[in-house]
Amino acid sequence: MEPLQIAEKIKERFPEEALAIREFRGQVSVTVKKDRIRDICRFLHDEPDLFFDYPVDLCGVDYMGMKESRFEVVYHLYSIKHRHALRLKAEVPEKDARIDSVLPVWAGVNWHERECYDMFGISFTGHPDMRRVLLPEDWEGHPLRKDYPVKGPEKEWSGFLDVLERSKKYRRFDWQG
Amino acid sequence: MGLITTLSAPSMSLVEVEEGVKVLSPNIVITSMDKLINWGRSSSLWPMTFGLACCAIEMMACYASHNDLDRMGIIPRGSPRQADFMFVAGTVTKKMSEIVRRVYDQMPEPRYVISVGSCANSGGIFNTYSTVQGCDTFLPIDVYIPGCPPRPEAFIDGIIKLQEKIKKEQFRWGRWR
Repeated sequence: MEPLQIAEKIKERFPEEALAIREFRGQVSVTVKKDRIRDICRFLHDEPDLFFDYPVDLCGVDYMGMKESRFEVVYHLYSIKHRHALRLKAEVPEKDARIDSVLPVWAGVNWHERECYDMFGISFTGHPDMRRVLLPEDWEGHPLRKDYPVKGPEKEWSGFLDVLERSKKYRRFDWQG
Repeated sequence: MGLITTLSAPSMSLVEVEEGVKVLSPNIVITSMDKLINWGRSSSLWPMTFGLACCAIEMMACYASHNDLDRMGIIPRGSPRQADFMFVAGTVTKKMSEIVRRVYDQMPEPRYVISVGSCANSGGIFNTYSTVQGCDTFLPIDVYIPGCPPRPEAFIDGIIKLQEKIKKEQFRWGRWR
């Protein structure tokens, strides 16, 4: 099926949810509200002539100062059976940075959602294990947010300070020739 | 300097080269303990393989048949307890620094560290929140190999530099240690 037809189909099925359809170089993005994202994904997955069985990627975007709702969660979907692809964008405001997890639809997005939480602080409700996946557990802040300093906050992560302290402590055990 | 073989009979301890002149038998070489031990150490350096990023690929290329570090007596070990020195090959993140330090602490003395590549030397292009700005902040480094990543020739040069350093050591041995 042509991607624009798929987009129309989403709009037909969820007229309240689909906000915009955009095509660029044959790639179609559908911007949707976040409230019924799981239903939309379930529809895309279950409908026989859509059959999006492969979630290629799930990532977050920070549009600080550029858009009304600050964050976006982007789903890249692909159907191995029908060989068509679709990009789904769900708008997530900063005040309520939460979205339903689509883990019941595709089990493979588990770590992607955790990474999105790790980097942007978007929480996925219904996810069974909403922890950081890349950074240490006791890390403060979400580094891919635009207001996060590139070189990190002033306060150094305590785990690294421990390593520095330990290396200083163990220096007296070094075997000097 | 050369190898020492034990004397098989006391009568062989001295050889008469001309009448009245006796010298030590030809299979005895006199050398200092420093030279002997340093020669032994520098000729069979066993590295702990510690690849963290793309430098590790060059390290593997270095061990492989084309450059063949085995001919220099360098055999990679999978355990820090069997290793003489460690390559820190690649980007050291703050989360990984603890493990790097622990691996170093598990190595028996005498131990050496070679820092490989821009990232391990100074953080390289990753002047960011997650990267350690030079692994010499928490490890005593003996040799720095520049490059991004360094070619196998640079690795071999770095190892030769380490061998030169080991050969210059004094009194880094003794049963009282």
